[in-house]
Amino acid sequence: MTEKLVIIGNGMAPGRMLEHLLEKAPGRYAVTIFNAEPRVNYDRIMLSPVLSGEKDYEEIIIHGDGWYIKHGITLYKGHKIVAIDRTAKTVTSDHGVTEPYDKLVIATGSVPFIIPVPGHNLPGVLTYRDLDDVRAMMLAAQSRAKAVVIGGGLLGLEAAAGLNAQGMDVTVLHVMPTLMERQLDPAAGYLLQRAVEERGIKVITKANTQAITGNGKVEQVELADGTIIPATLVVMAVGIRPNAALAKDAGIAVNRGIVVDAGMRSNDPDIYALGECAEVNGMVYGLVAPLYEMARVTASQLAGDETAAFVHSDTPTKLKVTGIELFSLGDFADGDDRQEIVLRDASAGVYKRLVLKDDRIIGTVLYGETADGAWFNDLKKKQTDISEMRDTLIFGQSYQGGAPLDPMAAVAALPDDAEICGCNGVCKSKITGAITAKGLTSLDDVRAHTKASASCGSCTGLVEKLMVLTLGDTYNPAAVQPMCSCTTLGHDEVRRLIKAKGLKTIPAVMQELEWKTSCGCAKCRPALNYYLVCDWPNEYADDYQSRFINERVHANIQKDGTYSVVPRMWGGVTNSSELRAIADVVDKFEIPMVKVTGGQRIDMLGIRKEDLPAVWADLGQAGFVSGHAYAKGLRTVKTCVGSDWCRFGTQDSTGFGVRIEKFMWGSWTPAKVKMAVSGCPRNCAEATCKDVGVICVESGYEIHFAGAAGLDIKGTEVLGLVKTEDEALEHIVALTQMYREQARYLERIYKWAKRIGIAEVKRQIMDDTSKRKAYYDRFVFSQKFAQVDPWSERVSGKDKHEFRPMASVGFAEAAE
Amino acid sequence: MFPKSGNRFGVESMRKKGIHMNWTAIGSLSDIPRRGARCVATPRGKIAVFRTADDKVFAIDDHCPHKGGPLSQGIVHGAAVTCPLHNWVISLETGKALGADEGAVRTIPVKVEGERLFIALEALASRAA
Ligand SMILES: Cc1cc2nc3c(=O)[nH]c(=O)nc-3n(C[C@H](O)[C@H](O)[C@H](O)COP(=O)(O)OP(=O)(O)OC[C@H]3O[C@@H](n4cnc5c(N)ncnc54)[C@H](O)[C@@H]3O)c2cc1C
Ligand code: SF4
Ligand code: SF4
Ligand code: FES
Repeated sequence: MTEKLVIIGNGMAPGRMLEHLLEKAPGRYAVTIFNAEPRVNYDRIMLSPVLSGEKDYEEIIIHGDGWYIKHGITLYKGHKIVAIDRTAKTVTSDHGVTEPYDKLVIATGSVPFIIPVPGHNLPGVLTYRDLDDVRAMMLAAQSRAKAVVIGGGLLGLEAAAGLNAQGMDVTVLHVMPTLMERQLDPAAGYLLQRAVEERGIKVITKANTQAITGNGKVEQVELADGTIIPATLVVMAVGIRPNAALAKDAGIAVNRGIVVDAGMRSNDPDIYALGECAEVNGMVYGLVAPLYEMARVTASQLAGDETAAFVHSDTPTKLKVTGIELFSLGDFADGDDRQEIVLRDASAGVYKRLVLKDDRIIGTVLYGETADGAWFNDLKKKQTDISEMRDTLIFGQSYQGGAPLDPMAAVAALPDDAEICGCNGVCKSKITGAITAKGLTSLDDVRAHTKASASCGSCTGLVEKLMVLTLGDTYNPAAVQPMCSCTTLGHDEVRRLIKAKGLKTIPAVMQELEWKTSCGCAKCRPALNYYLVCDWPNEYADDYQSRFINERVHANIQKDGTYSVVPRMWGGVTNSSELRAIADVVDKFEIPMVKVTGGQRIDMLGIRKEDLPAVWADLGQAGFVSGHAYAKGLRTVKTCVGSDWCRFGTQDSTGFGVRIEKFMWGSWTPAKVKMAVSGCPRNCAEATCKDVGVICVESGYEIHFAGAAGLDIKGTEVLGLVKTEDEALEHIVALTQMYREQARYLERIYKWAKRIGIAEVKRQIMDDTSKRKAYYDRFVFSQKFAQVDPWSERVSGKDKHEFRPMASVGFAEAAE
Repeated sequence: MFPKSGNRFGVESMRKKGIHMNWTAIGSLSDIPRRGARCVATPRGKIAVFRTADDKVFAIDDHCPHKGGPLSQGIVHGAAVTCPLHNWVISLETGKALGADEGAVRTIPVKVEGERLFIALEALASRAA
């Protein structure tokens, strides 16, 4: 019988635990997760690169929605557990969901510590813990105003660097005399401060924050010595506290964190705790490496291995601020029984210090040059006696063999069991072994199979060197991401070459561009098909076998293999005869589910594939055409009732929406395109989160683009204001054509626009009249070939084979 | 693996093992588009019959080892198909999931005699047992 495993919190620790558990005891537990944060498991460590703009949120997702589906795990997003009933063995969420458990895992992480100074709860005071914090900071940064970061530790400095990169004027307040004093000695702390200041970030040490003041929102920060620093944003990054209140309320033993034994079990034998909320052997942890060890142990315990036990090990600290190299490990306080070796190179900005005890390394601080971190870590971990190489030790591994080694040789010289990825505890031989055994060729593959460099990413350089060592010249880290494993070329290059060489069929592309496979794969073929459809509208014969099933049969496949059908309702407008026709179809074909979609139309679900042509025939009789609800193409144009009905309406938003849809339907695009037109800034059609949106105003039409409201939420950018409906249509069409010609397959408008720059789009569409006209003309030309209703084509017999079994063979016949 | 001859090689080895086969005609090669598939309905569920770019023919159960997706609806590339539901890639030769995923679907022997296609239904009977 499957046991019920309930997990509270969906951070990095339980995520890793589940990976182990699914491997060790697949199917043993029915897993339910409650997460107060309304999202999947993402790499919290990488929030800093998101804040600085170096990465997008999607790039740091560890387990996407599909992963939970694939493993049959129920994830309640945005559900905070408010009570654990240990007698009934249930947990209850703030939304009232109660779930029974056989085994419970508490992984509630930490809560940021907030200094209780006056004004700490004013709007504009943030902490730095999750994606919401990052989004709030990025929003505040748009003002390019002043920010204060309280706390000069790892988190505070990463926040400061991120806000600085976003254009804010940042001051860091640190209560101690030097920065990161827990990881760095004063000399390194000083060098760090200089480097931070060189980027234009102000640092005030020995700063004692006394109050945050402002009228209804943050305006300034006051220090004990009377200094006043103006700020519209204050980020508190002064430390974290294990989040153990829930466990405590349930009567579970709590000290600093939830007290667990080496098997990660609390004083209730059915309840485990792991992650930052857990206290094991009197220690709590705030870096992922030990949390991943906890995850391994908990998974083993849950899988029945009662011998699995957590063992403490020191984890190196690295700062993830581009351009600042620092590494700190172990204990580096002075002491009578300790010796130290120091190297300073002022001109190169390098400082290194090794702390030794009994001829063994116990602590290391490296600043400015950290390549030897892995080697020192290895020596420390193995307790290697270094007396033989004492004189040259600090110069690093490269000096030990006599002649200095180049960095590549240094990596080659690392012992097989040297730890490369500290976060995930992955050693050298595991990486090189996986590369050889599994034939891995890309960094992504190595990450997927070994987890090396998959968390904080600071060992990426080392991992890439190992790849070069193992694969030789075939690995080229600087190369663009290839479209898929069938080619070494990236999407942009392929698009360019299709035009430049006049390639007009998929086999021609594959031949000329030296595809590595005979007929591509499910990633490249749909992309190539789209590029050819887009570039040669009148010449290219669409290759249906290279289209995803939905686009091949013009309906949406559902989980049970049936299809759903959505006819167009132009601008979301319908009438009684259309509705009657739909009702008749639903009755006739016994369609089990009818649903109104988010795009203002009607979805009929659960239709058997064989019935599709007949369903379309009936719908066609009533004047319906395909709604392309399945297409990487124009989906819907949502509208409000506008000036015809609404007392606030400024223009005929409904009419304009219908006009856009009638003009643009049938066009294929790199990814789906959803539009909306609102009749006034009240925006009832929600135009400001669409791929393209229009807000009507008294003076005309404000055109928006690059919004998102799916996995990502993003407000639109304003393209510009135009006076007439005709102009608005021309601009929207030109924008869409520009996107069609330039974007990579499956890249939504907001991602494409981010990649090439909002300003560039505006320049080509708003400012450059001849470019705009040319885009518009090319779109109109391609529509001549695209605006064919695929349903009526199929009702008339096209692709008949798609909808019928090839043969039916009975069992009796088979046995003869 | 089976180099040029599709499942015919597999048929040979079954013969050697002395398993008796009954071949049932299901149609002709041109019924299936290149890099495409058609279904054959049987009392034990659908069988997907694939035709590759180089005219090799394979038959497997139309039921993805992951969550039962209809493999006949996937994109065919080389001697593999990508499931339309969650993109598992299934080898048409072995029925096994390729890449990091694990699972397998039953393969059914196919014979191409000129234009005519046959599948071996004994294999179906044994599936019932
Ligand atoms: C900006 C930043 C940078 C970092 N950089 C590094 C680094 O470079 N290296 C490193 O090793 N570590 C780093 N860390 C620390 C690392 O991210 C954490 O140690 C790790 O994510 C903690 O994992 P966890 O699973 O214990 O908790 P968390 O990831 O905090 O997850 C806890 C989850 O539980 C949820 N939760 C809490 N209470 C409840 C409840 N009652 N009901 C339901 N859900 C609840 C929370 O919403 C949260 O999503 C960094 C952290 C931050 C914030
Ligand atoms: S319909 Fe959309 S939101 Fe709903 S389960 Fe499917 S993919 Fe998710
Ligand atoms: S957006 Fe404006 S015009 Fe349209 S329905 Fe809402 S209030 Fe009325
Ligand atoms: S059902 Fe085939 S991949 Fe999920």
